[in-house]
Amino acid sequence: MIEKLKEKLKDIIKDIKIHNERRIYLTIDKNDLKRAASIIFKDMGARYQIVSGIDNFNNYELLYHFSFDKEGGIIVSLKTFIEKEKPEIESLTNLIPGIAWIEREIWELLGINFIGHPDLKHFLLREDWDKNLYPLRKGVKTDGK
Amino acid sequence: MDLKLKALKKSLWVYHVSSGSCNNCDIEILDLLTPRFDVERFGIILAGSPRHADVLLCTGIVNKKCVERVKEVYEQTPKPCVVVAVGACACSGGIFRDGYQMAGPLDKIIPVHVYIPGCPPKPEAIIAGIVKFLKELK
Amino acid sequence: MANKKVIVPIGPYHPLLEEPEYFQLYCDGEKVIDAEWIAGYNHRGIEKLSESKHWDQVTFLVERICGICSTSHPIAYCNAVEDLAGIEIPERAKYIRNIIGELERLHSHLLWVGLAGHFLGYNTVFMWAWKYREGILDMFEMITGNRNHYAMLKIGGVRRDIEDEDIPVLKKTLEEIRGKIQMLTEAVLDDPVLAARLKGIGVLTKEDIKNYGAVGPVARASGVDIDVRKDDSYAGYNLVEWKVITTENGDVFDKAVVRLLECFESIKIIEQSLDAIKGKKGEICKEVREIPEGEGIGRHEAPRGEVFHYVRSDGSNRPVRHKIRAPSYVNIPTFKASCIGETISDVCIILAGVDPCYCCTERIAVYDKDKNKKMYSFEDLVKKSIEKTEEIKKETGEESKLWKKLL
Repeated sequence: MIEKLKEKLKDIIKDIKIHNERRIYLTIDKNDLKRAASIIFKDMGARYQIVSGIDNFNNYELLYHFSFDKEGGIIVSLKTFIEKEKPEIESLTNLIPGIAWIEREIWELLGINFIGHPDLKHFLLREDWDKNLYPLRKGVKTDGK
Repeated sequence: MDLKLKALKKSLWVYHVSSGSCNNCDIEILDLLTPRFDVERFGIILAGSPRHADVLLCTGIVNKKCVERVKEVYEQTPKPCVVVAVGACACSGGIFRDGYQMAGPLDKIIPVHVYIPGCPPKPEAIIAGIVKFLKELK
Repeated sequence: MANKKVIVPIGPYHPLLEEPEYFQLYCDGEKVIDAEWIAGYNHRGIEKLSESKHWDQVTFLVERICGICSTSHPIAYCNAVEDLAGIEIPERAKYIRNIIGELERLHSHLLWVGLAGHFLGYNTVFMWAWKYREGILDMFEMITGNRNHYAMLKIGGVRRDIEDEDIPVLKKTLEEIRGKIQMLTEAVLDDPVLAARLKGIGVLTKEDIKNYGAVGPVARASGVDIDVRKDDSYAGYNLVEWKVITTENGDVFDKAVVRLLECFESIKIIEQSLDAIKGKKGEICKEVREIPEGEGIGRHEAPRGEVFHYVRSDGSNRPVRHKIRAPSYVNIPTFKASCIGETISDVCIILAGVDPCYCCTERIAVYDKDKNKKMYSFEDLVKKSIEKTEEIKKETGEESKLWKKLL
């Protein structure tokens, strides 16, 4: 599997971390995301699982998780980093229709803009929620203050 | 007022309000209808609308998105009515007490008359809670 | 010992908030042309709360994400942390996790059968399914001390053991439940009214499943063979014999069949696991002192599909990030593919076919596309669904045999 990934994504992969035989993390540049996702989802036929967003101290990190069910239950996660000054990235809704909801959620809870998303509006929080309060950011306390 | 409360004791129409719960309490409430507990033989029936309800069974922390709805349901229920907070979440917020979606445990939003703690409270506990309250009414 | 009396419930029962609506369907006459889902009424900020609790406390927190699949989240979470730290749990713990996970699948599928029966107008099925579900809840109480929210899991193993003297009682109850589900499955497969009602409705193709990443019985009913217990095996699922159930058509009938047949496989797994631990002694939990820095992914095949947990640690005693994805998150969006073009009377059962976490199905409203006015509430939709079943009964001229088989 690692060899296949290296071959298909040769110039996109910046770093590979093999946690164990079933968990692989590939670091890529955010501008290569669409191409990498397309190769893994369409060409290699992986199953889209979900996207995780994390607030690190000096950047935001997005992990796109894909599962290769029949090839040993391997999960390949694409890691991209986004700078805090301008948090935005291209939306993948054209490629994976099912990704629409999680992109809305990440926009709402972490404040990352998804360019090209057809319907970026509040999903989980109230319509009149404070626009500058992103609950999942590290500066925000658990109770929202 | 007393006359109405006495009338309440005959047959209770119950309306269930769920506002941000994990559904376990809701399922235990539905369980009351099933053959094992079968509260319908006591005349306790689930109402389709708060306008027919005598008792409001409320579960869940009150989510910020749900606050207006809970208040509206309470306004629509004809008084006197009994508000029962079922489960740890409705009583005090439970394990979600510190979250950012918490609009306060139920008694900050509407007046509560009966608290039935538990996570979830067993159907027997829910019945016991309601029966205890009815005895207090005497 | 079975209660021969048939209890016919009186009165409506939609014991959920009237509004706000979760599903908004836009229709043109009787056909659905668009649908939207509004969420957030159950959002409790659990991922953020996770960051303020230490590793063992999070297990209790995630149990309360959903009451029906209460143990699925702890299993997936413990798998994630065990993946992160490279912990291998003792063998006895693996079998006990099997047993708890599969008992939960049984109770959840029976709950679903009851609700589906209610939406179709078979209220006896609702009462019957939930009555036999009580037997499973009693088993839970015997093993864990509670009917729901069992608090059985711990990072490194399980918290309580199963005593040898309880095993014969558990097996006897399983045998009874197996008999009842057998009866129900035969009744459902033979019934001409159910076939006319459910076949060809709410079809999801393999392409739909891929585009939305749908999982669980929803995917397996469309012929997509995915099951985390086989593909990325954990706990004791690779220590016992069982098979994955798939069917080909992807309609609501197939989804019901997949769920019913899965119950038998679950019973097989539980019996084999009980036999494996009977008469033996062993460790049930490995001591875990520290969680190292890193990240881990764990998953579990919950009754509704794959539950996914991602944790990241920085070596301290709390998670830095905990991402939780329930299967309904990827299954519910499939309504875009399965509801559009269908009639309003079928909408209820199509949405129920996906088995969203119970609270979600109840909040549906139908709007007219031009007037943007609310036309039907959820009670109306259930009534329409029941009316359609009655019409089909008249058309086919057959009485549904379901009643007779269950009595």
